[in-house]
Amino acid sequence: MMEIVIGLEVHAQLLTRSKMFCGCATTFGAPPNSQTCPVCQGMPGSLPVLNRRAVEFGIKTALAFDCRVNTACRFARKHYYYPDMPKNFQISQYEEPLAEDGSLDIEVEGASRTIRIQRLHLEEDVGKLLHEGTLETAQASLVDFNRSGVPLMETVSRPDLRSPEEAAAYLRAFRAVLVYLGVCDGNMEEGSLRCDANVSLRPRGSTELGTKVEIKNLNSFKNVKLALEFEVRRQAEALETGERVAQETRLWDAERGYTRSMRSKEFAHDYRYFPEPDLIPLAIDRAWVDEIRAGLPELPRARRRRFVTEYGLPPYDADVLTQARALAEYHEQATAALRRAAPSLTLGQAAKSTSNWIMSELLRVLPADDEAAVREAKITPSRLAGLLKLVEDGTISGRIAKDVFQKMFASGEDAQTIVAREGLTQVSDESALAAVVDQVIARNPRALEDFRKGKTAAAKAFFGDVMKATQGKANPAIVQRLLEEKLSKI
Amino acid sequence: MTEQPIHELTEAYRRTATTPTAVTESYLARIAELDGRIGGYLTITREQALRAAAESDARYRAGKPLGPLDGAPLVYKDVLCTRGVQTTCASRILEGFVPPYDATVVARLTAAGAVMLGKGNMDEFAMGSSTEYSAFRPTRNPWDLARVPGGSSGGPAAAVAAGLAVGGLGTDTGGSIRQPAAFCGIVGLKPTYGRVSRYGLVAFGSSLDQIGPFARDVTDAALLLGAIAGLDPCDSTSLEAPVPDYVATLSRGVKGLRLGIPDEYFIEGMDPEVERAVRAAVDVLRGLGATLEKVSLPTTRHALATYYVIAPAEASSNLARYDGVKYGLRAAGAKDLIEMSSRTRAAGFGAEVKRRIMLGTYVLSAGYYEAYYGRAQKVRTLVRRDFDTAFGRVELIVAPTTPNVAFKHGEKEDPLSMYLNDVFAVPANIAGLPAISVPCGFSAQGLPIGLQFIGKALDEPGVLRAAYAYEQATPWHARRPSLPS
Repeated sequence: MMEIVIGLEVHAQLLTRSKMFCGCATTFGAPPNSQTCPVCQGMPGSLPVLNRRAVEFGIKTALAFDCRVNTACRFARKHYYYPDMPKNFQISQYEEPLAEDGSLDIEVEGASRTIRIQRLHLEEDVGKLLHEGTLETAQASLVDFNRSGVPLMETVSRPDLRSPEEAAAYLRAFRAVLVYLGVCDGNMEEGSLRCDANVSLRPRGSTELGTKVEIKNLNSFKNVKLALEFEVRRQAEALETGERVAQETRLWDAERGYTRSMRSKEFAHDYRYFPEPDLIPLAIDRAWVDEIRAGLPELPRARRRRFVTEYGLPPYDADVLTQARALAEYHEQATAALRRAAPSLTLGQAAKSTSNWIMSELLRVLPADDEAAVREAKITPSRLAGLLKLVEDGTISGRIAKDVFQKMFASGEDAQTIVAREGLTQVSDESALAAVVDQVIARNPRALEDFRKGKTAAAKAFFGDVMKATQGKANPAIVQRLLEEKLSKI
Repeated sequence: MTEQPIHELTEAYRRTATTPTAVTESYLARIAELDGRIGGYLTITREQALRAAAESDARYRAGKPLGPLDGAPLVYKDVLCTRGVQTTCASRILEGFVPPYDATVVARLTAAGAVMLGKGNMDEFAMGSSTEYSAFRPTRNPWDLARVPGGSSGGPAAAVAAGLAVGGLGTDTGGSIRQPAAFCGIVGLKPTYGRVSRYGLVAFGSSLDQIGPFARDVTDAALLLGAIAGLDPCDSTSLEAPVPDYVATLSRGVKGLRLGIPDEYFIEGMDPEVERAVRAAVDVLRGLGATLEKVSLPTTRHALATYYVIAPAEASSNLARYDGVKYGLRAAGAKDLIEMSSRTRAAGFGAEVKRRIMLGTYVLSAGYYEAYYGRAQKVRTLVRRDFDTAFGRVELIVAPTTPNVAFKHGEKEDPLSMYLNDVFAVPANIAGLPAISVPCGFSAQGLPIGLQFIGKALDEPGVLRAAYAYEQATPWHARRPSLPS
């Protein structure tokens, strides 16, 4: 049996307003080269000046992962030629990174594992190359330096992950922490979060590492899993047939669903690292680190625990709700609003009710990890609470509420307005409902006959007919009781 | 008019004896007449200069000059970025590069009212000691046109010596201000590393590069330094220390000052005329009341080798950006991006630049890094320690600037003998210390000789004060080359 060994390198764009080494803005999607200056264009004579906020974000993240923040760190130049990199070297960190030796706990199929983090360092992003046509046929290439110099944080895990599922879980948990901290928007589509994986196989029980292959371009959770599954299969097949796994860098082709060789280690870059002479070594003040530590927000794990203990939510609910910061906050706000609106509910009831509605309705229309969409949803937490209150006090039925939810989601109106305008208020008037029940039974002698013969299912048909006749507005509990009474007399 | 130093010139403006425009026009006329033979300039910014001079005129007329540099016509080495004015570093690869911004030093001098006459010639990317490696044309020494002006800042040095500018800025990575100042018979000052912002200086050896003034006399050098020195938020390596009034302390003299003479700066094979002139200068200083004692800087003999590891290493990195993608030269006919960069670099860089890029790439490569770059950094520490020890006993070190006087064009064919020219200059760069070269005599053939003072970090007042005392006691700085017109 072979054991899978995976380590991840994650690059996260930091949410600083300005770039790593100059004052240019970092906004995504601005017109090409509109957010550039001599420094991030690598112009002759320009010099880098370190963004203190980026360092603060790095320290924040390091503390969240229990890393040791080094008291002194240094930037280094990493050299390679590529036209999207204006200086043809990247200012990064090499021998003296910002932080080292941390960990991140992940959960897969109910089991928790601790994945060690080797190091965390800061560097600058490169620009973007745009080819006219395909790469193979392009007659010209254009460079956009807007992204050049945007702060990046690279975090390297130890090779502690043992399956593609664990790798995906690590990335999910990692992303959640970054988003909770507010240091990265976690948007993998826009490239704010990028992942490379090192993967190798070894006989189970062995402590030596097999030949590792680096896979690049893993730009979604799904792709991390798919690419690693493919690569594990590819390596396993190679090893089974006695082939050698080459140490190389492979690119994941998401469209075609396979990894292909980019460059072999024999042609590996010699990055010629040396300390960046234009930046003085960075001394990190303990007091500053302590100050940052004191300001750390509640992190996903702690929040998940609290959701179970404080709200009494099932662990599954707590897991889903705390995976993204905006979603967790949505739930807490909705729960609080519901308790204010319906004081008779216990905290646990309110929390479970909002949880049910978030999981079954909100997450049906919004991806849980889309922070912005959750935060900007037209159905705000207090509006959701307003809707649940109407269900709670019997004003509308749960079924009607689902329709109202959809309308609220689309229009941003509150539940009351929609219910009043569309006359959706639940009918609980017993005499009115009794009349409907009588009509329904009278209209369907055949069903009545069936019921008499002992087919209890016929009662369900009567119930459905009553609901239909009242456009769903009938109070289902009362209808049920009336039906039982009438039929028992027959 | 083109004979006076800055402090006399601006005094004359104040007295309305002349105007910035009149003086600027004289300089421009002299450049037009003589620079064809000297080759001090790569670009002459005539219109811009006249505009700046006219503005300066107006300030004097209003009785509100910006300070002691207002209206001073200067030359800037073409390694300093000037907004809207081509900046080439005397390299084909940067031909046509027009920076969108001014170097901090240029901005500061402009703010002080200085008038830029043009951009000075240099060895390509400041790599060289003779200005023969300019990709455009060599500069000639105004004292003997068959000889080199030194380098790499040979253009500005020759221009100041020949009266084609009243002063200027050069850069000194391994002697590139002091050696040409010595060869051209003028004053050249390399400040403490970090004293002057490098923002806008096209980098060669980032941990060694410093910008400094060329001047007719020490007072002018002090004035220019005062205007360019000081913290710059755009340069993280610039120092926070306040900038003193360098002129105010010039005349304190050297009485009681302890000067160290390092044995290691008087080497076998040096020009006896240089040694004689420097020893005579030491006697003059003693006569002025300085005490002189021998000091030892034993690591000096490794300084040059150290320099030729660190500077090329940093250069190989700094020059990586010239790939034809963004500015300057782009070679035609390439099939892809990599070929475009290779062809551009092959066509755009001169032989000496390529040699240093290769050297630097080698010493930084995997497997060699520790043996070369790593070790060079250790020796660097030792060189610094040598100076620290010496400065425990003396206030300043006095030494020759160069082992010889200006040599003939084409005379130094092998790179090593060219490199040896900077053997006395390089240690101050390695240790990041301030050092000045002042004229201290002439060879029998009438070629200038330079005397060097090296000070503790940030002791520019000390080196300027000693240089001033020596200058005031000797006639050398008043001598000018006779240029047939």
